[in-house]
Amino acid sequence: MTVIFGVFLLTLLLITGIAIVQTQNLFVSVMLSGMFSLLLAANFFLLDAADVALTEAAVGAGISTVLLLSALAITAKHEKAPSSNSNRVVALIVVTVTTLVLIYSTFDNPRFGDPNAAVHQHVGPWYMEKTAEAIDIPNVVTAVLGSFRGYDTLGEVFVVFTAGIGVLFLLGTPLGPFAPGNPYKSTDPKGLRHYLIPRVVGRMLIPFILLFGLYVQFHGEYGPGGGFQAGALIAAAIILYALLEGEDRALKVIPRGVLIGLIAGGALLYGTVGLFGIFLGSNFLDYSVLSSDTVHAQQMGLILIEAGVGITVTGVLLSIFHAFAARGKF
Amino acid sequence: MEQLLDITSWILMTLGGVFVFIGGLGALRMPDLYTRMHAAGITDSIAPILIVSGLILQAGLTLASVKLLAILVFLLLTGPTSSNALASAALLAGKRTEQAQPYVPESKE
Amino acid sequence: MYYAVIFALIITMGLALARAIIGPSVYDRVLAVNMLGTKTVLLLAVFAFLLGRPDFLDLALTYALINFIGVLAVLEFFRNRAAKQPGEKS
Repeated sequence: MTVIFGVFLLTLLLITGIAIVQTQNLFVSVMLSGMFSLLLAANFFLLDAADVALTEAAVGAGISTVLLLSALAITAKHEKAPSSNSNRVVALIVVTVTTLVLIYSTFDNPRFGDPNAAVHQHVGPWYMEKTAEAIDIPNVVTAVLGSFRGYDTLGEVFVVFTAGIGVLFLLGTPLGPFAPGNPYKSTDPKGLRHYLIPRVVGRMLIPFILLFGLYVQFHGEYGPGGGFQAGALIAAAIILYALLEGEDRALKVIPRGVLIGLIAGGALLYGTVGLFGIFLGSNFLDYSVLSSDTVHAQQMGLILIEAGVGITVTGVLLSIFHAFAARGKF
Repeated sequence: MEQLLDITSWILMTLGGVFVFIGGLGALRMPDLYTRMHAAGITDSIAPILIVSGLILQAGLTLASVKLLAILVFLLLTGPTSSNALASAALLAGKRTEQAQPYVPESKE
Repeated sequence: MYYAVIFALIITMGLALARAIIGPSVYDRVLAVNMLGTKTVLLLAVFAFLLGRPDFLDLALTYALINFIGVLAVLEFFRNRAAKQPGEKS
C-alpha cells in the first residue's frame, strides 16, 4: 500500500516538473519548485529517510524559495526566448538518449528493499553493529555521518564555507541603506501597517523556531536532525525577522562581522576537533582520545562537530540572504 | 476500550479527510480568487483539528502527543495569518471583483 | 486505518497542483502552494504513524514553521515590487 502512495506522489512530482519546464513566467517556476521540494520531502519520508527529508523540508521549501525570489526581484520576470530552434532539438535528443540509457541501467538493479542487495552486505551491517558498541547512540545516520565518515562531512562543511565565500565575493558589496549614495533610504513604514497581523504572529513564532532549531541540533543523535537542518532552521528564523521588520534591523541583530565570524568559526571548530585528535596522540578526527571513556569521547566529539556544522550553515545562509537582499532592496 | 479508541480516531481522521477534500475541490472550482481563499482557509483550520485529534487518540500520553499538539497550535496560528496576509496583499495590489470592493467611507463634508 | 485520510490528502495535493498550474493570477498560485504546505504537514504526521515511527514528527513540525516563511517571503516580494513600480524600473 505504501508503494501506491509513493507512486501517486511521484506522479505529482512528474507533473510539477513538466509544469516548471513548460512555463515561461519565472515567478510561476519558483512557486512550482517550492511545491516540487515539498513533494520530494514527502517521498523521502515515505522511503524512511528521515534526515534527508528534514533537510529537504528545511532548506528546499523555505530558504530556497526566499533566495530565488530575492534573485527574481533583481532580474527579469520572464524567461528569455530561446535563440534558435535547432538548440532545442539537440537538447531534446540529448535528454531522451540519457533517459533511455538510465532506464536501461535500472534493469540490472536489485529489487527495491531486497535484503540480499550488494549495498546491504559489505559495510552497512558493520556500521549497524559497531554504532551500538562504539558510540551508543540510536541514530545510526548521524553516527556514520559524524564519526565513521567524519572526513567526508568535514569536506561538506568546507564546501558550504566555499559557497558562502563565493557569494560574498560576487555580491558582497553592501548597496543597502547604509551605503553612500544609495537611492533607497529606508523601508516605507506605510506598507507595513497593512501587515499588522503577520507581523504580530511572526514575531511570536520567531523564538519558537529558534528553540526548535536548537532542539533539532542537539537531538540529531536520537532522531532525525543534526547540524545542517538546525543551521537552516535558525537561519530561517532570522530571515523571517528580516522579512517582517526590514533587512537593516536584522543586520543590527546579527551584524556582518558576526556573520563572517560564524562562517569561518564553524569550519574552524570542526577542524580544531580533528586536530585535537593529533595533539592527543592519535589520528586526525579520531574522537576516542578526547576523554578517558571512548564512548563518552565519541559522543562529545559528535556534539562538537555538529555544532560546528550548524554554525557554518547558519552563517552562510544568512550571508547569502543579506547579499541578495541588499542588492535589490528586497 | 481499545476498539472504542480506534473507532473514534478513525471517524475523526476520516472526517478530517473529507474536509480536506472539500477544501481542495473548492479551491479548484470556485469562480474567483477570494472565494477560493475562503474555501482553502476555512478547511485549513478544521482539518488539522480533526486529523490531529485522531492521531493524539492513537498516540496516547507520550511525547508524540505533545509534538502533535505543538503542530496543531502552529498550524492554527499560521494558517489564518497566511490567508489574511495573502488576501490583504491581493486587495492592495488591486485585484477587485464584484464582491470585493474597497471600503470608501462617506465623506463628512 | 489511515488509508482513507492519506488518499484524501494526496488527492487534494493533486487538486492544489492543478490550481497552481491553471491559476490565472499569481495569488492563486501562492494560495495553492500554501494549501499544499499545510496538507504536506498533515500527510507527514499521518505517515509517521502509518510507518510506526512517531519520533519522526519533527519533520511535520519543521514544515509547519517553514511554510509560513515561504508565504511571507512571496508577499514581501510583491509588496516591494508594487512599491517600486511608480519609481524607477527594477
